[in-house]
Amino acid sequence: MTATDNQMTGAEIVLKALKDNGVEHIFGYPGGAVLPIYDEIFQQDDVQHILVRHEQGAGHAAEGYARATGKVGVMLVTSGPGATNAVTPLQDALMDSIPLVCLSGQVPTSLIGSDAFQECDTVGITRPCTKHNWLVKDVNDLARIIHEAFRIAQTGRPGPVVVDIPKDVQFATGTYVPPEKHTVQASYQPKTQGDPNAIAAAVELMSKARRPILYTGGGVVNSGPEASRLLRELVAATGFPITSTLMGLGSYPASGEAWLGMLGMHGSYEANMAMHDCDVMVCIGARFDDRITGRLDAFAPGSKKIHIDIDPSSINKNVRVDVPVVGDVTKILTEMLRQWKALPSAPDKGRMADWWQSITRWRARNSFAYSMSNDVIMPQYAIQRLHAATKGHDTYITTEVGQHQMWAAQYFGFEEPNRWMTSGGLGTMGYGFPAAIGVQIAHPEALVIDIAGDASIQMCIQEMSCAVQYNAPVKIFILNNQYMGMVRQWQQLLHGNRLSNSYTEALPDFVKLAEAYGAVGMRCEKPEDLDAALAEMIAVKRPVIFDCRVANLTNCFPMIPSGRAHNDMLLPDEATDEAVANAIDAKGRQLV
Amino acid sequence: MNAQFQPTGSAYFIAKEKQTVESRTLSVLVDNEPGVLARVIGLFSGRGYNIESLTVSETEHEEHLSRITIVTRGTPTVLEQIKAQLERIVPVHRVVDLTTIARELGHERPIEREVALVKVAGSGEARLEALRLADSFHAKVSDATVEHFIFEITGKSAKIDQFVAIMKPLGLIEVCRTGIAAMNRGPQGM
Repeated sequence: MTATDNQMTGAEIVLKALKDNGVEHIFGYPGGAVLPIYDEIFQQDDVQHILVRHEQGAGHAAEGYARATGKVGVMLVTSGPGATNAVTPLQDALMDSIPLVCLSGQVPTSLIGSDAFQECDTVGITRPCTKHNWLVKDVNDLARIIHEAFRIAQTGRPGPVVVDIPKDVQFATGTYVPPEKHTVQASYQPKTQGDPNAIAAAVELMSKARRPILYTGGGVVNSGPEASRLLRELVAATGFPITSTLMGLGSYPASGEAWLGMLGMHGSYEANMAMHDCDVMVCIGARFDDRITGRLDAFAPGSKKIHIDIDPSSINKNVRVDVPVVGDVTKILTEMLRQWKALPSAPDKGRMADWWQSITRWRARNSFAYSMSNDVIMPQYAIQRLHAATKGHDTYITTEVGQHQMWAAQYFGFEEPNRWMTSGGLGTMGYGFPAAIGVQIAHPEALVIDIAGDASIQMCIQEMSCAVQYNAPVKIFILNNQYMGMVRQWQQLLHGNRLSNSYTEALPDFVKLAEAYGAVGMRCEKPEDLDAALAEMIAVKRPVIFDCRVANLTNCFPMIPSGRAHNDMLLPDEATDEAVANAIDAKGRQLV
Repeated sequence: MNAQFQPTGSAYFIAKEKQTVESRTLSVLVDNEPGVLARVIGLFSGRGYNIESLTVSETEHEEHLSRITIVTRGTPTVLEQIKAQLERIVPVHRVVDLTTIARELGHERPIEREVALVKVAGSGEARLEALRLADSFHAKVSDATVEHFIFEITGKSAKIDQFVAIMKPLGLIEVCRTGIAAMNRGPQGM
C-alpha cells in the first residue's frame, strides 16, 4: 500500500474496514445520516447489503447470521429512529452473548447537541445495551475504531458494539490503517486460558463424584465447533449425564445416551431432579440464570459446583461456586481432558451406578408426555412431526418467544451446535423471523424454519418483504392457538384465569398475508393432514407461512412454578385446573 | 397488594439477605476517554449499587489515564460483583479494593481525605467565633470580606461533617465538597 492509496473518505474507510474484517453480508436500512456509506455500498461488490424493512429486523438478522456462522453479524442503521430501533436487538445480543457490530449514522459533528433532525444521543442510549460503543469524531480514528469494534465484539465474552459515525466524518478524507496494524486498547485483554490448578481441582472433584452432572450453556456454542466436540469427548470419557440450557442445545446431541434433555423452568423432570440431587455440578459456559436455578436457596443443595466461564463477573453472581475456572471453553476442556486422561488410575464408572439408576427412574416418569388428539393438532405433536419431516435435511431452527419456543426446545432434538437460534436472555418476541432470514443468507441451500406463535410473528412480519426480495426461502411454522399462550398460561397460574388482553382478536388470515407479500401461504387443521403439508412446505423453494392450527388451550409443561425448587415440578399429568390455579403462592406471585 | 420489598438481583431472590453491609473504597484506573465516567456511573445505577462518594481526575497525562475513587456499600457478594462488573468495562485497566488492601497491611482504612469550601457570612461575635473554630480545625481562609469568609478545610469526611455542623448556627451559606480521594499507606503503588 502506498502513501496515497491509504487516503480515503470516511465512507470508503467503512467499506474497506468491513471487507478487511472478512464481512460478506451486512443487514441495514438507509437514511439521511448514512447516505455516504450507502453510496459506497452501491459502488462495490465485496460486501452485500441486505435491505430489511425495520432496523430491529436488521439486528436480529445479523444475530441469526452470527449464531449460524460463528462470524460477527453486522448491521447498518441511520441516526435517530434508526439507532433507537436497533436498541432491542443490541440488548438481545448482549444478553445472549452474540457478536454484533452496529454501524450507525449520526448528524454532522457541528450539529451534535442541537436537537437536529433525526438526532439522538446514540452512544448514551446504547451504552448499557452494548459491550462497548464509540462516537467517531475524527476520520483518522475511524479505521482503528472499526477494527477494535470487531475485536471486542468477538473476543472474550462476545457481545454487541456500536460505532456511531457523524455524516461529516463519512465525507472527510483520512488515513486508512489495516486491521493487523491498528493500535489495540490495552485495557481490554480478555483472559482465555484457564488456570491449570483450578482445572486440576475440578478434575479431582469430578473423579470422585458419585452423582455428577454436566450443566452446559451457550458458552459452549460460542466457543466454536471444537468446544462441542470436546464436550462430547468429555461425556464419553467421564460417563457423566449431561443437561443444557436453552442457549446450549445442540452442543451435545439430543440422541446421545447421556442426554437428560433441557433443564430449568420448562426442562425435563430427569434434568431438574439430577440437578437437585447431584453431588458435583460442572457448569460449562452457562450463567445460573433465574430460569435455570428456580428457588436459589434450594438450588442443588448438596453439591460442589465447578463453573467454567469466560466472563469473571459470571462467577458467584447468582450462585456461589466452589471451583471457578475463568477462560474459553475450548481451551479449558482441552486441558481438562488432558488431565483426566493423565489420572494415575481411570476413575471407576461403577461408582455412578446408583446415580444412573435414579436417572432411569426419573426418565421413566416421561415428563414430556401429552394426550394425543385425533381431532385437533397438539402443539407438541406438531413439533415432533416437524422434527421428523426435517430429518435428512440441513436444518436450522429459529424461534420467537413463548410456548412455541419451549415446545420447540423440548420436542425438536438438536444434534449439532449453531443449528438453534432463539432469544434466551431478553425473550424478544419478533426475533425468530428476521433471525431466520439472517441464517438463510448465510446458508442459502439450507432448510431454515422459524417456529413461531401467532402473536410473536406479527412483531416483525414486515421482514417477509425482505425474504421475498432476496429469495430467502425461510419457512415460518406458526403454532396458531389464537392466544399469547405463555401470557395466558401465567394468567391461569397467577391471576385467577382472568385472561386480560392475551386473546388475539382479529388475527390476520396468514395464508392471504403470505400471498400479499408474494410468498406461499399454507394452512393445516387436522392431525392426519400434517405430514403431507409439512412435506409440501419443505419442498417449496420460496418463503412460506405455514398456519398450523393447534389446540387452543394447551399449556406448556413440565414447569417449575416461580419460587419453587428443582424437585418441585408441576408435571403434565398432575397439572389439573386446580393444581394450576394453586401452583404459585403469594410470594411467588411477585416473581417473573 | 402488600408487595414486599425484594432485594435487587434475580427474580428468584426470595431468600432473605443474611450478609452484612459494609463500606469499601475502590480505586479504578481508566483510559481518560469520552463517556468513561458515564459507563462507571451507569453501571452503578443500572445494577442498583450504591455510590457514597465519587471523585475523578486525570492522574497520568502522558498515558491519558484517570483515577476514579468510589466509596460504595454492599454485602461481600455485591462488592465482589461490583469489582467484577467494573473490570468488564472496556476502558477500565484495573480496579483496586483499597479497603481490603489496607486491612491486609494492618490498617483499618486507607488514607481518605476530602477538601471542602465552606462559606460563612455574619458579623460580631458569631464571625469571630467562626474564625476561631476554623483555626482550631486547621481550615484556611481562602476568601474574605468584612461580611463573610470562605474556609478551605481538608480532612476525613467526619471532620468536615463536624466542621459544617458547627458552622451552621454561625452563618453557614453554602458548602462544596470534593468527595473522597484515597490511597494506601506504605511505599507500594496501587
